[in-house]
Amino acid sequence: MLKFTLRRIWQMIPTLFVVALLIFVIFSVVPGSFATALFSDGRTNADPLLIERLNREFGLDRPLWERFTTYIWDLARFDLGTSFRTRLPVLDMLGERMWPSLKLAIAAMVFAVLIGVPLGFMAALRPGSLFDSVTMIGAVSGLSLPQFWLGLLLMMLFALQLNWLPSFGYGDGSIRNLILPAIALGVTPLALLARTTRAGVLDVVNSDFVRTAHAKGMSESAVVRRHVARNALVLIVTTVGLQFGSLIGQAVVIEKLFAWPGIGSLLVDSVAIRDIPVVQGAILVIVLWFLVINTAVDLLYAAIDPRIKQE
Amino acid sequence: MSAPLIEIKDLKVDVPLKSGKGVPILKGVSLQIMPGETFGLVGESGSGKSVTSLAIMGLLKKPLKATGGQILYRGEDLLKASKQTMRNLRGNRIAMIFQEPMTALNPLQTVGRQIAEMFVLHQGKAWGEAEKLAIEALAAVKVPSPERRAGNYPHQMSGGLRQRVMIAMALACNPDLLIADEPTTALDVTVQAEVLKLIRELCAARGTAVLFISHDLGVIASVCQRVGVMYSGVLVEENDTRALFSNPQHTYTKGLLGALPRLGSRTSDSRNRLVDIDSIIADRSVLTQERFIAPRITEGGAAQ
Amino acid sequence: MRLGFNLWFGGFLTVLVVFAGLFAPWLAPFDPVLDANLMNSELPPSGEFWFGTDSQGRDIYTRILYGAQISLTVGIVSQIINSVIGVTLGMTAGYWGGWWDDLVNGLTNVMLAIPSLIFALAVMAVLGPGLPSLLIALGFTNWSWTCRIARSSTLSLKSQGYIQAAQTLGYSDLRIMFTQILPNMLGPILVMATLGMGGAVLAEASLSFLGLGIQPPFPSWGSMLTDAREMLQLAPWAAIFPGLAIFLAVLGFNLLGDGLRDSLDPHMRTRKL
Repeated sequence: MLKFTLRRIWQMIPTLFVVALLIFVIFSVVPGSFATALFSDGRTNADPLLIERLNREFGLDRPLWERFTTYIWDLARFDLGTSFRTRLPVLDMLGERMWPSLKLAIAAMVFAVLIGVPLGFMAALRPGSLFDSVTMIGAVSGLSLPQFWLGLLLMMLFALQLNWLPSFGYGDGSIRNLILPAIALGVTPLALLARTTRAGVLDVVNSDFVRTAHAKGMSESAVVRRHVARNALVLIVTTVGLQFGSLIGQAVVIEKLFAWPGIGSLLVDSVAIRDIPVVQGAILVIVLWFLVINTAVDLLYAAIDPRIKQE
Repeated sequence: MSAPLIEIKDLKVDVPLKSGKGVPILKGVSLQIMPGETFGLVGESGSGKSVTSLAIMGLLKKPLKATGGQILYRGEDLLKASKQTMRNLRGNRIAMIFQEPMTALNPLQTVGRQIAEMFVLHQGKAWGEAEKLAIEALAAVKVPSPERRAGNYPHQMSGGLRQRVMIAMALACNPDLLIADEPTTALDVTVQAEVLKLIRELCAARGTAVLFISHDLGVIASVCQRVGVMYSGVLVEENDTRALFSNPQHTYTKGLLGALPRLGSRTSDSRNRLVDIDSIIADRSVLTQERFIAPRITEGGAAQ
Repeated sequence: MRLGFNLWFGGFLTVLVVFAGLFAPWLAPFDPVLDANLMNSELPPSGEFWFGTDSQGRDIYTRILYGAQISLTVGIVSQIINSVIGVTLGMTAGYWGGWWDDLVNGLTNVMLAIPSLIFALAVMAVLGPGLPSLLIALGFTNWSWTCRIARSSTLSLKSQGYIQAAQTLGYSDLRIMFTQILPNMLGPILVMATLGMGGAVLAEASLSFLGLGIQPPFPSWGSMLTDAREMLQLAPWAAIFPGLAIFLAVLGFNLLGDGLRDSLDPHMRTRKL
C-alpha cells in the first residue's frame, strides 16, 4: 500500500511540470508587455521609463528561457513570485484565500452527497418508477442549470425577499454566509452524483453476486446493506472525488457572484487587472488541488477495492 | 415410494404484457424430485431450465412471473409461501450454485466471509465462529490450505476454486436440495470433472438431492439418476437416465441424442452425419403460437 | 418511452434556440443594442416589452433572441474545433501508436488536469475579451474526452478484418483513417459534440457573466445577468428570463446528447438515464 501511495504521488509530478510549462507558455507568448497593460488606461500611454523600470523589477526584460528556468526554480522552492499589483508574495495572497475556498467546496460537496447519493440509490432500487423518472429528469435539469443563475435566484428569494440569509460576502465566516453559495455550487455535483449513483447501483443490483446473495436467503435490505452498498461505493467515491477536485475550478463564478474571498474570485479579479503572477499561481494551486484529490481518490479506491492494488 | 422432496405441478411462468395476456415461458411443467435423488434437467438455451430452477428458489426476476401451478416442498406450496418462509428456505434448505463462478462471488469480500454469512444468516452464529466454520466448509470441498484461502478475495482464485467456494457456500447448511445450474459449463474440461465428482460425492454423503441443469448430455448421463428433457417451456420427456438414453420416446429427445457426437460413430465411408436440430430457439411469435415443436424436428438420422 | 422523450424534447428545445437565433431580426420587436431608452428602464413585463426591460431600457425579449445567436455561434464553432482536434489527435495516436501515442496521451492527461473553465479563463486573460477569444478559449480546451474516445475506438477498429484488408490492399494510412475508421466512430463523436455544446453555452455564459467574455452592449445571456445582478430587487425579471434561456438551451443540448447516445448504443439504455 505504501509503495502504491508513493507511486501515485510520484506520478503527479510530470503532469504538474507540464501544466506549469503550459501556463508559462500561454502567458509569455502574448504580444505586448504586461507592464504596458498594467498602466495603460486606454487614453494616455504609460510613461516608458516607468514601464522599463517595472520590466526590470519583475525580470521581464530577460530572455524567455532564462525567465522560464527562474520560474521553475522558484516553483520548486514554493516561491510563486510577487504580485504586479500589490507587491505581496503570491503564495501569501493565495494562502489567505485557501480556507474560504476549501470551506465552500466542502460545504457544497456535503450538500451534494447528502442529497444526491440517497436520491440515486432510491431511484436505482425502483427503476422505471415515477420516483426514478422524476429524479433523473431532475438530475439532467440540475446538470443544465447555470450555477450562477441559481445563485442569483437563491439570492433573490432568501436574501432579498425573505431576508433570511445574507445575500453575499464572507461575513465573520459564519455558516449563514455559506449556505447560499454552497447550494448554488453544489447543484451540479448533486445532479451528477444522483446519476452516477443510480447507474452504479443498478449495475451492482443486476450483477451475479447479488443474485447469489439472494439465493443465500438474505433479506432485501441485508443484500443492499452488505453487498450492494459497498460495491456501488466504488463508483460513488470516484465521482465524489472527481467532482470535489473540479469544484474549486467551478467555484470561480459562484465566488465572484457571492463576493466570496476565495481563490476563484482572486483569479477573476487578477485576470481583470492582468496581474499575471497571481493568475499563474492561482491556476497552479487549482491544478495541484485537482491532482491531489485525484490521487487521494485513487488511494481510497484501492482501499475499498482489493482488485486495484494488484494491477 | 416415499414422498417427493419437491413436486412441481403444472408450473406456468409468463412475461405479462400490458394487454393482460402474457408471453408464456413455462407452459405447464410438472416434475418430482425424491429426497437424495439427482435429477437432471437438459435442454437447449432458452428452453426454460433455468427459469424452472429460479422459480423453485423464488428468485424469478421482474418481467418473469409464475402465473399458475404449484411448487410443493415437503407438501408446502412455495409459490404461496411468505417472503419470510422463502428466505428461511433459500440457502438453508434449498441452495443454488450458478454457472459463472467468476462473477457469482462478491469481489469486495473475502470468500471466507461470504461463506460465513450462511452460518450467520441461518444458524444464528456469531461472525467469529462462523468464520471458523467457513474454513471447515472450505476444507470439505477440498480447497487446499483452507485457512489461507478463507482470507482470499475472489479475484485471487481460479475459476475452479471459486466454484468450489460456491459449492462450500451452497452446502454450508446441509440443504435438502442443491440446484446446480450449469455448474461446470464455464470451467476447463479437467476442472469440470473434479467439480462434478465433488458435487456427486458430497451430495451422496449428505443425502442432498440435486437438481442438475445442463445442456451437456454427457455430464447429465454421468451424474443423474433421472432426466427430464425440456424444450420451449415444456418438459417433453422424463425417465430414468439409462432408459432415456437407450430408448428416447420424444422426437426432440431423439434429435438431441442424435446430435451428440460419439467417438468412432462417424467413419469416413459410412458418412453418418450428426443430426442438426435446425437453428436455435424459435422466436417469440412461435412461442406464443404454441407451435413449439412441429417444424424443427427431423426424424432419425436422415436430415435433408 | 423515456428514450423517445430525451430525443424529442431535447430536439424541440434545440430547434427552438436555433429558430430564435436564425430569425431574431424578424422575431424581435426592437434592436438589441440601439433601442436603449432610459425613459423605459427597468419596466416589468408587459404587452410591449414581453420580458420587461433592463437598466438601459432595452427590451429583454429582443436581447434574448439575439443572445441565442452568440450562444449558438460559440457552441457550434467551439465544438467543431474541439471535434477536429480531438479526432485528429485521437485517431492518429490510436492508429500509429508509439511515441506519438505517448505524447498525445500525456497531453490529454494534462488537459484533463486543468478544469476547463479555468483554462478558458487563462486564455481569455491573455487574449482579452470578445467573441474570437471565446471561440479559441472554448474551442482549444475541451477536446480531451473526444480525443480519448477517438483513440479507443480507433484501437478497437484497427484490429478488425476490414481495416487489415484495406492495409493489405495498400491503402495509405490517411485514406484508411478517413474512409474506414472515421465513419465508424462518428456516432460517439457526435454525442460528445452535442453534450459539449451544452458545456460551451454554459461556459460562455459564465465567462460573459464574469465580464471576460462578450462585452456590453452586445447581448450575451451571461452578461445580461451581470447587468441584472445590480438590480435584483427592483427588476427580478431581468435575472429570470436570460437565465431561463441559458437553462433551456443547455438542457436541450444535454437531452439531445443523451437521447442520441441511447439510440446509437442500445446497451447503454438501461445504464444511464
